[in-house]
Amino acid sequence: MSSHGVDGAALSRPSETSADARSSAPVLAIDDLHVTFVRHDRDLPVVKGVSLEIGPGETYGLVGESGCGKTTMALALMRYLPGNGRVEHGSITFDGDDMLTMSGERLREGRGTKLGMVYQDPTTALNPSIRVGNQIAEVFRSHFGLSKAEAHERARLSLEKVAMPDPGVVLQRYPFQLSGGQQQRVVIAMALAGDPRLLVLDEPTTGLDATVEAEVLDLISELRERIDAAILLISHNLGLVARMCQRVGVMYAGLLVEDGPARELFTDPRHPYTMRLLRCVPRFGARKDQSTLVPIPGFLPRLGAPLPGCVFAPRCELVQRECRQREPDLFPWPGPTPDPGSEPVDGTPRHARCYFSDRVPGMAASVAVPATAGGSASAANGPIMPGTLVVAGQSLGVDHLSKVFKDGRRRIVAVDDVTIEVGEGEILGLVGESGSGKTTLANCVTGLLTADGGALRFAGAPLPDSVSKRGAGTLRAIQMVFQNPDATLNPAWTAGGILSRAVGRLGGLSGEARRQRVDELARRVRVEEQHLEAKPTELSGGQKQRVAIARAFAGKPALVVCDEPASALDVSVQASILNLLAELQVTEGVSYIFISHDLAVVRYLSDRIAVMYLAKLMELGGAEEIFTPPHHPYTEALMSAIPTLDFDHPSERIPLGGPVPSLSAPPSGCRFHTRCHRFLGDLCVNETPPWREVAPGHNCLCHIEPAELRELQLAQLRDRGAR
Amino acid sequence: MDPGYDPEMPLGRPLQGLDGIEGAASGLPSDRLVLRRFVLRSLRRSPTFLTGAGILLFWIVMAAVSTHLTKFGPDSIDPYHTLAGPSGLHWFGTDENGRDVLSRTLAGARTVLVIAPLATLLCLLMGGTIGLIAGFFKGYADEILMRFVDVLLSLPVIIAAIVIVTVLGHSLPNIILTIAILFTAPVARTIRSAVVSEREKEYVQAARLRGEHAPYIMGAEILPNILGPIIVEGTVRLGYAVFTAATLSFLGFGLTAPSPDWGLTISNDYQYIQGSWWTVLFPAMALASLVVGANLLADGLRKALEE
Repeated sequence: MSSHGVDGAALSRPSETSADARSSAPVLAIDDLHVTFVRHDRDLPVVKGVSLEIGPGETYGLVGESGCGKTTMALALMRYLPGNGRVEHGSITFDGDDMLTMSGERLREGRGTKLGMVYQDPTTALNPSIRVGNQIAEVFRSHFGLSKAEAHERARLSLEKVAMPDPGVVLQRYPFQLSGGQQQRVVIAMALAGDPRLLVLDEPTTGLDATVEAEVLDLISELRERIDAAILLISHNLGLVARMCQRVGVMYAGLLVEDGPARELFTDPRHPYTMRLLRCVPRFGARKDQSTLVPIPGFLPRLGAPLPGCVFAPRCELVQRECRQREPDLFPWPGPTPDPGSEPVDGTPRHARCYFSDRVPGMAASVAVPATAGGSASAANGPIMPGTLVVAGQSLGVDHLSKVFKDGRRRIVAVDDVTIEVGEGEILGLVGESGSGKTTLANCVTGLLTADGGALRFAGAPLPDSVSKRGAGTLRAIQMVFQNPDATLNPAWTAGGILSRAVGRLGGLSGEARRQRVDELARRVRVEEQHLEAKPTELSGGQKQRVAIARAFAGKPALVVCDEPASALDVSVQASILNLLAELQVTEGVSYIFISHDLAVVRYLSDRIAVMYLAKLMELGGAEEIFTPPHHPYTEALMSAIPTLDFDHPSERIPLGGPVPSLSAPPSGCRFHTRCHRFLGDLCVNETPPWREVAPGHNCLCHIEPAELRELQLAQLRDRGAR
Repeated sequence: MDPGYDPEMPLGRPLQGLDGIEGAASGLPSDRLVLRRFVLRSLRRSPTFLTGAGILLFWIVMAAVSTHLTKFGPDSIDPYHTLAGPSGLHWFGTDENGRDVLSRTLAGARTVLVIAPLATLLCLLMGGTIGLIAGFFKGYADEILMRFVDVLLSLPVIIAAIVIVTVLGHSLPNIILTIAILFTAPVARTIRSAVVSEREKEYVQAARLRGEHAPYIMGAEILPNILGPIIVEGTVRLGYAVFTAATLSFLGFGLTAPSPDWGLTISNDYQYIQGSWWTVLFPAMALASLVVGANLLADGLRKALEE
């Protein structure tokens, strides 16, 4: 892949004129599919009557929160259901054959040739002990009976097909020697090996970095044009589905609640769930002071719980009596005034499982966050205004900080000479690909790791580099919220016990005062009193993260490091956690270092943003300045990699050429020069770029003059707009 | 499988009034009870566990009350019937002194059921402490402790046992101590690996950020979360302890006559095995059943805890 071209891979949104594709016989037709799992002797319906059709060359997206039955659908159609799952009812017709009654022999044949599947995690989809070439060749040998040499030749061709650089070399590698993006390319190459009629992609990019994700998505959209396969894309990422798919189905609690063409569905949703999902995600460019995220109240219905009416009724603000009494059908939209007796008209492109589809667009205006049980949380009810807070001075100072890990003889510099300040009451966003050193830097700040060079200052005084050297006051003042909600709380303790210990240690309280403070904290983060008695395994992911946030706030901290606090949560819960963090920041007046790989989230929350690449700080500045030209080419590339829901301004990805270099041997000169699309030549290779001031308080590590950078980037934006 | 669909997870509780964000007023029984009930139920349904528990319970009851059940005392001599085969009077026959094999076999559980559990507890205590310290501190402490453990593991069990018993002297407490020392090494290894995977978890880091001291983190944060592997390791060791105690007695480094201990009985009577097989067969079967029982119990527990 070239790293020089400035013009990005043109991103063509799927054409929405899929009518001709759909007129021919569908490749996949699922009719009224019911899937049931047996758990502890109970039958739990997971998929409750889903029908969909995908025509040749069509890309169909399936979205919904985890637990909605998306993956179960995919497993059922591949006949890969685990032993305790069975198809209760319905039919799956694939390429004219009934999948459910197909013999084992034909099924095996079909899986290798006509059906391709790509799973979420490429590291587990590939056998780590077999060379990539042999793994791909295996498909050709077993399904097409090719000789060893022929199969290898075909393997090489299939890697070329997925635009793998140096296919000959890659064939000889083991999976662990490839990057995540390359691994997923190999998996896709294997899925495509038999020229499949249907390609099932189950969260193909979840867990990959944004830049790698963009790379994989480009590949898929390019393949979509070239191969005539139907594609079923399952994802929780609305932006991704909007970008990739012609038609979209929204699943909730085992049912398809809405389907239709992607653009119409996302710009004019007609089911309250779709509407609510869209409003949980920060629009790229949105800021916390301009808009609030609106989380979906309540939980997914428990599996097997009797629901006489609409599955979404308990969480829906449009709910009426009839919604609770009778389950709505998948009504066509726009159709005749939906009344419960009418039959859906076939051939209508859009359907919504709602009696009041006409009222859905009005939700945006009428939605009000209901008042909370605790009175103290009034700030939650309005947009949060960080501007009202006066930044009164420096909270944390990081001076030329370095951290080196030693692995045998290799030295890995994970944080290299980073200098950052965090003001009082300020949110500093920290972004970068995985391996850029974000978390290491955060751990050095909290003292969980001891820095090897540089100094830390806190509230005007030197800050000891390790927790064991820090006094009670400092420990109290610098706390952390961790990423993984399942590991952040001790499973052996109750939520109340965890908070009580934190209040005792960090707040120095005991007895009645301690109990009161625990209750107050629980109210603050909106954890119900009864849940204080619960152990973490009984709490949902969002509740666990709330308790973890309360724990960090137990001693009234001054600086809280948030390491991807919401990235492991579903979008609806993520919104509520982000809101809570934004609210606490204002009411408690703390500073955050907010780490995330999700640029939209960082932009939404942060006052200032630091961009890291390969242990180095590349750019530092105000949140809006970072996102408007001139900015560092790396920031520019990161931004372009985000799939957005904005149909009118499709993003055009700037390809990041080449793999991420190893930290043990970082590139000379500018660290980014191996992948930069604005590479200048020898200057970038040989000389470390200067830390240029772009504007007051906005610096950037680049050889290109800010003014010139600005011209280049604006020109590209204009170019994009014109296209 | 869809990771989110596990019904043990609190996916959805019926909502009683929206509390604004993520409300969940719940009228259902707590999931913790469900979970605990589930472990108990899967134990109740596991034939492996039930068989093991049954065998163990049988021997515990026998150790406690067998002398009140049998016609003869374990040490009482019937001079008219020496080495007599099984009969209506002596169901399992008699040994060369005319002692009733049935009474002695049942009473033989007593010594082994004192030695094995105490040795197991002691080795869990010693091995657990070493494993906890080595796994938690890593670095030098880990290196030194685990190399010591490696040395212990490299010794042939029986030879090491004989040496230790010889040094310490033959007595019940010394036999217990010997077995405990021998089993410290494998226990330490198991516990250490459990601690190593647990100590990197975020709740441990949160404890460090609170300024908690190492003993607190080890005891209050990590220990409760590695009880599963500790319990399983304990039941596995119980079986081995029974076995080792019997072996020591057999070799003459354990209990001494006239104890009805199984290993000792087998050792004394195996010279008569040609004509009077009953003197050896029944204690041997008793020994085997107890070891198998302990292993079944361990297997059942492990499966239930892993689910």
